[in-house]
Amino acid sequence: MDNNGFASYFRFSNVDWNNMWSATWETVWMTLVSIIVVAILGALLGLLLFETNGSSSWGARILNWVVAAFVNIFRSIPFIILIVLLLPATQAIMGTIIGPKAALPSLIISAAPFYARLVEIAFHEIDHGVIEAAQSMGATRTQIIGKVLLPESMPALVSGITVTSISLIGYTAMAGAIGAGGLGNLAYLDGFQANNNAVTLVATVIIVLIVFICQFIGDILVKRIDKR
Amino acid sequence: MIEFKDVSKTFNAKEGQVHAVEDVNLNIPDGKIYGIVGYSGAGKSTLIRMLNGLEFPTTGSVTINGTEISGLSGKALRNQRLKIGMIFQHFNLLWSRTVIENIEFPLEIAKVPKKQRVEKAQHLAELVGLAGRENAYPSELSGGQKQRVGIARALANDPEILLSDEATSALDPQTTDEVLDLLLSINKQLNLTVVVITHEMHVIRKICDQVAVLDAGKIVEQGPVLDVFKRPQQTITKRFVNQETGSSNLDDTTVVVSELLTKYSNGVIVKLTFHGDQAKLPIVSEMLRQFPDVDLSIIEGSIHQTQEGALGSLYIQLIAEQQDNINGALEYLKTMRVEVEVIKRG
Repeated sequence: MDNNGFASYFRFSNVDWNNMWSATWETVWMTLVSIIVVAILGALLGLLLFETNGSSSWGARILNWVVAAFVNIFRSIPFIILIVLLLPATQAIMGTIIGPKAALPSLIISAAPFYARLVEIAFHEIDHGVIEAAQSMGATRTQIIGKVLLPESMPALVSGITVTSISLIGYTAMAGAIGAGGLGNLAYLDGFQANNNAVTLVATVIIVLIVFICQFIGDILVKRIDKR
Repeated sequence: MIEFKDVSKTFNAKEGQVHAVEDVNLNIPDGKIYGIVGYSGAGKSTLIRMLNGLEFPTTGSVTINGTEISGLSGKALRNQRLKIGMIFQHFNLLWSRTVIENIEFPLEIAKVPKKQRVEKAQHLAELVGLAGRENAYPSELSGGQKQRVGIARALANDPEILLSDEATSALDPQTTDEVLDLLLSINKQLNLTVVVITHEMHVIRKICDQVAVLDAGKIVEQGPVLDVFKRPQQTITKRFVNQETGSSNLDDTTVVVSELLTKYSNGVIVKLTFHGDQAKLPIVSEMLRQFPDVDLSIIEGSIHQTQEGALGSLYIQLIAEQQDNINGALEYLKTMRVEVEVIKRG
């Protein structure tokens, strides 16, 4: 059987559908869990960056510097290197370096700083007059965060999480290549190493579909919350 | 009672120190509408923002009913702010909230229970003429409606003072007048002290009781609005007054005057200023009855309404064979407490 020709892409009888579905589920699971943690962690980091930015107190300035440095460093490390770099930490935290669970620490640590920057930008885009109006009414910092910053930047926060989750889906595939499971793993092992092009094609189509669905949900949410 | 005492504010900018406000002393009585007028950059915003602690004076003190605002911070300042409402040039509404939710916003800050909040907000929406629009979002409202939401929001916590920071500067003339009427009726209904800053003399004339003119951080003139309109002292004040009374077309008047003077060489050109009830009396026709030998032509005239009554000005030419008759007529006008200014004797 010729497994190298163009026709090999369409030899779907070679696809083990049970494997395909469980790999899909693993990809979705990795993406969902990490996106939830990234949303919370990134929002907190972004808030920290925003609140300490341009402050006159020394404590805040140092905190801003430390957080900004952390964010910049982890945003710069190529993902594939980050996984390898974090292997000992992953072993310590998750108790394993194989499977979807093991992919979570690297996924979160690479995406959270990225999202933190998006959150900070979203907050900076809020009309300063609105924040000042809240101040003039006697609002506390916490009230301003809960009642002004978050709701007024919600469309940007949601579209930010959409962008982040799409790049996370890409990362899960990369993590899959070195043993995290999921569609990337399947495409690499069954598709590339076992020379089964149909598996690679199906895995690709499913990933593209997941990305489309993400984008679609994100767009709908933004449209519903944006009353500007 | 609001009191500014020797207030100065200096900003450190790259080009060196900027004196935004210098040695301002100001007393604003309760229940009045007090206007502060000045060109942009004169320091009006800095001044008004000191009243709710958005800015603090570098030296001097700002006191409201005995509480020194400039000395407050943290919780004490926030509690004080609850008692001061503020409206803004660009409204500063939350786009993510409906009209009613925007009005509820300061009540949430003051931790008023939900039920009371809704009732109060509903009442305020009606007060500012937004009944029926409660569930609209700001993006669905016109500029005037947005400012009405701003006003309702500023009134939510029953403030003692309302600050208006160029509140009508982004609105068209028609809407400006509607919003000003609303501010005036709120001032009367709630007996609220209102501090208005603006660069439009129209706003001052229409709603203010007293006015201070701010130029380069200093107050150059202050007093009751009618007095300032009648007898502006400083050049900048005259410019502001002219902007509103329209005597900027005095140039046209001058042309007419010189034409009349060449026609009637024995004429005298006089500017009469009436105010209050005098503007309603038939003083000029009475004068003509008393001095039948005097002829009169009207060159130009106008009447403006201010909070303290009407303010009229009239340019006339008086002609008579006998100079004594003219002098007598002018004396008569003076006894009727009309201000007489002889511009040109023929």
